[in-house]
Amino acid sequence: MKFDAYDTGGFYDEMISADGSPRPGTELLKEKIEALSLGELAQRQQAAELALMQMGVTFNVYGNEAATEKIFPFDVVPRVVPAAEWNWIERGLKQRVRALNLFIDDIYHEQKILKDKAIPEEVVRSANSLRPACAGISPPHGIWCHITGTDLVRDRDGQIYVLEDNLRCPSGVSYVLENRKVMKRTFPQIFAASSIRPVDDYAIRLLEMLRYLAPENVQAPTVALLTPGPYNSAYFEHSFLAQQMGVELVEGRDLVVAGGFVMMRTTKGLQRVDVLYRRIDDDFLDPTVFRADSLLGVPGLMEVYKKNRVALGNAPGNGIADDKAVYAYVPEMVKYYLGEEIIIPNVPTYVCADGKQRKYVLEHLADLVVKSVNESGGYGMLVGPHATAEMRAEFAEKIQANPRNFIAQPTLALSRAPVIVGDHFEGRHVDLRPYILFGEEIYVLPGGLTRVALTKGSLVVNSSQGGGSKDTWVMAPVRNAVSAQTSSASPLTP
Amino acid sequence: MLSRVAQSIYWMSRYVERAENVARFVDVNHHLLLDLPSVGGEQWQPLVLTTGDRALFMERYGGFTRDNVIRFLAFDAGNPNSILSCLYAARENARSIRETISSEMWEQVNQFYFSVNTMAAQAGSMEAPYQFFSEVKRASHLFDGIAMTTLSHGEAWYFYLLGRLLERADKTSRILDVKYFLLLPSAADVGSSFDDIQWAAVLRSTSGFEMYRKRHAELSPDRIVDFLLLERQFPRSVQYCVVNADESLHAITGTPLGAFQNPAERKLGQVRAELGYAQIGEIIANGLHEFLDRLQRDLNLAGDSIALTFFATEGSPQGAGEGSAAA
Repeated sequence: MKFDAYDTGGFYDEMISADGSPRPGTELLKEKIEALSLGELAQRQQAAELALMQMGVTFNVYGNEAATEKIFPFDVVPRVVPAAEWNWIERGLKQRVRALNLFIDDIYHEQKILKDKAIPEEVVRSANSLRPACAGISPPHGIWCHITGTDLVRDRDGQIYVLEDNLRCPSGVSYVLENRKVMKRTFPQIFAASSIRPVDDYAIRLLEMLRYLAPENVQAPTVALLTPGPYNSAYFEHSFLAQQMGVELVEGRDLVVAGGFVMMRTTKGLQRVDVLYRRIDDDFLDPTVFRADSLLGVPGLMEVYKKNRVALGNAPGNGIADDKAVYAYVPEMVKYYLGEEIIIPNVPTYVCADGKQRKYVLEHLADLVVKSVNESGGYGMLVGPHATAEMRAEFAEKIQANPRNFIAQPTLALSRAPVIVGDHFEGRHVDLRPYILFGEEIYVLPGGLTRVALTKGSLVVNSSQGGGSKDTWVMAPVRNAVSAQTSSASPLTP
Repeated sequence: MLSRVAQSIYWMSRYVERAENVARFVDVNHHLLLDLPSVGGEQWQPLVLTTGDRALFMERYGGFTRDNVIRFLAFDAGNPNSILSCLYAARENARSIRETISSEMWEQVNQFYFSVNTMAAQAGSMEAPYQFFSEVKRASHLFDGIAMTTLSHGEAWYFYLLGRLLERADKTSRILDVKYFLLLPSAADVGSSFDDIQWAAVLRSTSGFEMYRKRHAELSPDRIVDFLLLERQFPRSVQYCVVNADESLHAITGTPLGAFQNPAERKLGQVRAELGYAQIGEIIANGLHEFLDRLQRDLNLAGDSIALTFFATEGSPQGAGEGSAAA
């Protein structure tokens, strides 16, 4: 199947340049794929989907019956990230996470950044994700954001931006690992001939990081992953990660606070838990502190946590740093805490809580994407250029009624990547979510989840809204004359 | 091991075993009827009685026709003991403990469920269901083999065995019970070739025909009952299942065999002792049905006490006591 008729449509394409030639690092991939007939490629696509179904790599769909499971649609043409570009991304992400972590710790302690007026106090105070109950807590080693999934997008001119930070319970890493497994089965020859950086050690690194959080006097810490249960949309991932780490997967009902510790109910009685990788939102963690109606959490958990008798990753309260309005001030945080310029820029963001910025937003609704700061998964969004006048008027009202709840950003022409559509390739918009672990040091998984908006023309990549995924191949730095020669002037972002 | 996880393993394995046994009943009954075409439709009724779901069947269907019974036992999602329902439950249990079982086990039970689900939706499955039943047995054996060769033989494995063996003991006893009472309409039929074929069918439904023949020369009802109840080496006999379930239980707790420290060990030990010292002549003389009835009740009680000892998530006295010591 050839790329001859492939049309990049005026967008930045991750694989094919505007002149039709493959981008550096994708030459071999293009050659191998073109060597396959339509039937062969379609067969491999089907085999990959079947493998995902058999492995049970599924997610549950909200609003459907409990038993509805779908595989996350998968496209076998991988997305390639050249070594030098990845190097830049990795440095940028480490810088960002370091600054965000200092910010969270500051907010729950002295609030120096607010006192110094480096960012507007009101934006922080009014954030829904601020947890007053966390004030004064000092989590182990001062780390609040242990597992982060940061969404990156690329604009038409090739510039990469951070679209949002996901600090609370970022999901999707299991698809990265399972997609890779499937790709190795699907294209073994291409793997053999390329130097693609492995992602398989993620679970080992994750467990290492979690064990690092254990209370100091504990020799062999018991780590467990706390899930809301089989009906959660990300349950597959919870179970997968627990299995890969070899730790217990617990639900709230398996845990109890007894004698000042968190205990799990086992067939041999109660057993102490030292570290919980919790995949339950703050609100549901502990009904005595947060939402009283929560049945998912563990009454008394926060009290034990405050005394450092159990460690929680991610730390409750860290969502203050991924509030969509607080996001707008991350470049200021980087400057304030690290004295550095931000490496990967933010998408320019208008905070509607600010009078001047709000005025601009209301005047330019047709050009902007407006997002509710409290929604995720592609819900509660207005894509100005695609919206009707009525929808824009409705959003204008909402913004005026509750300005703090909205931000706006220019509509980016998200980059695209080729996907198989019937008997040919078509470009679809993509983003990239790398995963960052913060333990003894900061580690960025070389790869990440490339999400694809499978609906033609759509900019929404979320799995709940018709998104799919691709394997992400981060190339190892070229040693000598191994694979395709890269022209050393790599056309990189800044 | 988490109580909830132990419970899910136990039920996962029970449900797979249950699905396999339903396939066995139906398959053998079919072959029996092919050999004796004159017997007529009512011979499908014992199958429903075997699984103990007569009332539900009557509510959902009119008569005990072949189609009704097969649909009810194999594909009816409204029957909690149908093959489809059993596999749904087995898979849901497996899904909640994927991190505990091996990926191979999960993939097998997942595929098993999906293939049964697909066949339930196909019209052809009702016309030639026997390939389907063989597939169910084969898939269940495959699952068992995968479990044996991929799951560490520690606590999880013993809960797996415990569930599987208790379910099998119960089902073998039910097969015997139903045959003894319902397939023998008249005393005159006893000892006829008709009777022989029926007893052979009972043996076949437990895959016991060939193993029985190696042990005994002729087919005699007493010996067949003896074989299915008390034989120590045949893996589907009640004795074999109970002995090995008891040993699994002791492997979980570490209590020496023959002693007990909790209600589960006590109850199962009693069942084991009773079977261990039973004699077929005495059982028949006192009434096989009464014996089987009590056996099934005792096995249920053993199941209840296992739940009480290991699975009770709210304030089980044993759990609380050991917990405060561990703290």
